[in-house]
Amino acid sequence: MTTRTLAVVSAGLSNPSSTRLLADRLTAATVAALRARGDDTTVEVVELREHARDLADDLTSGFANRELQAAIDTVVGADAVIAVTPVFSASYSGLFKTFFDVLDSDALVGKPVLLAATAGTARHSLAIEFAMRPLFAYLRALPVATGVFAASEDWAGGGDTALAGRVDRAGGELADVVSGRPAATRPVDPFADPETSFEQLLNGN
Amino acid sequence: MQFGIFTVGDVTPDPTTGRTPTEAERIKGMIAIALKAEEVGLDVFAQGQHHNPPFVVSSPTTTLGYIAAKTDKLILSTSTTLITTTDPVKIAEDFATLQHVADGRVDLMMGRGNTGPVYPWFGKDIRDGIPLAVENYQLLRRLWREDVVDWEGKFRTPLQGFTSTPRPLDGVPPFVWHGSIRSPQIAEQAAYYGDGFFHNHIFWPAEHTERMVEFYRRRYEHYGHGTADQAIVGLGGQVFMRKNSQDAVNEFRPYFDSAPVYGGGPSLEEFTSQTPLTVGSPQQVIEATLGFRDYVGDYQRQLFLMDHAGLPLKTVLEQLDILGEEVVPVLRREFAALKPAHVPEAPTHASLVAAAGGSKDATVYAPADDVTGSTAEGVQA
Repeated sequence: MTTRTLAVVSAGLSNPSSTRLLADRLTAATVAALRARGDDTTVEVVELREHARDLADDLTSGFANRELQAAIDTVVGADAVIAVTPVFSASYSGLFKTFFDVLDSDALVGKPVLLAATAGTARHSLAIEFAMRPLFAYLRALPVATGVFAASEDWAGGGDTALAGRVDRAGGELADVVSGRPAATRPVDPFADPETSFEQLLNGN
Repeated sequence: MQFGIFTVGDVTPDPTTGRTPTEAERIKGMIAIALKAEEVGLDVFAQGQHHNPPFVVSSPTTTLGYIAAKTDKLILSTSTTLITTTDPVKIAEDFATLQHVADGRVDLMMGRGNTGPVYPWFGKDIRDGIPLAVENYQLLRRLWREDVVDWEGKFRTPLQGFTSTPRPLDGVPPFVWHGSIRSPQIAEQAAYYGDGFFHNHIFWPAEHTERMVEFYRRRYEHYGHGTADQAIVGLGGQVFMRKNSQDAVNEFRPYFDSAPVYGGGPSLEEFTSQTPLTVGSPQQVIEATLGFRDYVGDYQRQLFLMDHAGLPLKTVLEQLDILGEEVVPVLRREFAALKPAHVPEAPTHASLVAAAGGSKDATVYAPADDVTGSTAEGVQA
């Protein structure tokens, strides 16, 4: 049995937060789906509100402080990521975007990701498709097909197209991608002995 | 161990008065700072290279040549010389000339530069930063070491039968450092050639410095230049001092708060706890600087950034008095006592000449001068 690491990035600001609530539902569904496929899961939650000032500091200083670096390492080193944002002004929140802005541009290459968003109205329901997917396409991550959007009214809904069904389907899709893969390896250490010799660099190779 | 100062040559308003110096004031101020560095017993003055406002350091060897004439002992260096966008032929010529002018008191630090538009202004692409640094530096080395160079590369027009003049003083090129904050390829380059590696060691946490230096040392040994602890390491650092540390904090805070690289982000207190920036008493600066050795090992050169963020010239000169009188003598003594005998000092012109088996005139005479008709034999006779 393999133990998987699941990093959950939640950009909710209030407490309790419907964004975090959705993140927790997706986490539970993914953990259950992975268990059904024979994998254990370690869950690590990154609440971006706790790093709001750290992120602003990183923008001006160019480096992550210890607390933010630990959060970045958690996400970059995970087998899969669940990324959940509230919709602000028709898109992901600035706090959510800032976290992904300060990652190295290749930090999430090939990373299975489940995208989700919350809003006060169903009229924002395509924000995942027109805002979040292009961001993760740029990062060359692997978002699963189902993005889970929850408006306020979804927390009361029912029937087979209801939120619970979408949560389970998305968790299953993420588990499908993760369970067939070798366990995540840490990113390549830039200070390991180089594979390209300096002579090769000199020769333009 | 060598101690000195490095300047980026920025023209920045003094936030406490709102006054911005003129370019003339700033250039003359930098020269005054360099002369003060020699007066208070420092070893090195290094200046940056920029090609855009608010900087006045587009022509480093002009300023360094003047300083050379006004000083006797000071080593003149750069922080950094843009190896990516400056023609390596021009670097070879300028700094060989400076060697002759300054009787060998010259070395250089190569850097790539991080001002995006400078690359297109000089016909280059910032995405080629590393390949440019690799190719241009290899050419620069050949121009100093081979009297006649045939060369063809990717980034510069080819050279056939080219002799860079004047030849290096005593036949010995200046020592070269390579500066980089976080590109292991540049530390690798320094290690490959057995050159020095410099980490600017300001603005960022010391962990970055530690990893880069450790990597450089390991690779220096790999390439057979000596053991890892014999590699040639230089560090930057930024300090502001007053007798009472709270006075230093109070006086420096407005400069910190409005500095382009600091303002609007983490507080002065956060920056001093997370990065090597030290604002306090001379004793605090001594303790902090001695602590650098804990994570980079015994090293050869320590440069301080002193004239940053619009600090007035008078204040900078006072800071240099404190540095030269109260801080550096203690650091010299303490570092020397800690350094094992097998760890070398930073190479100087004299040590490089000695290592080359003595000085030799390297003049390359033209076979026949088109204007005068004289030949090399005729000139030598």
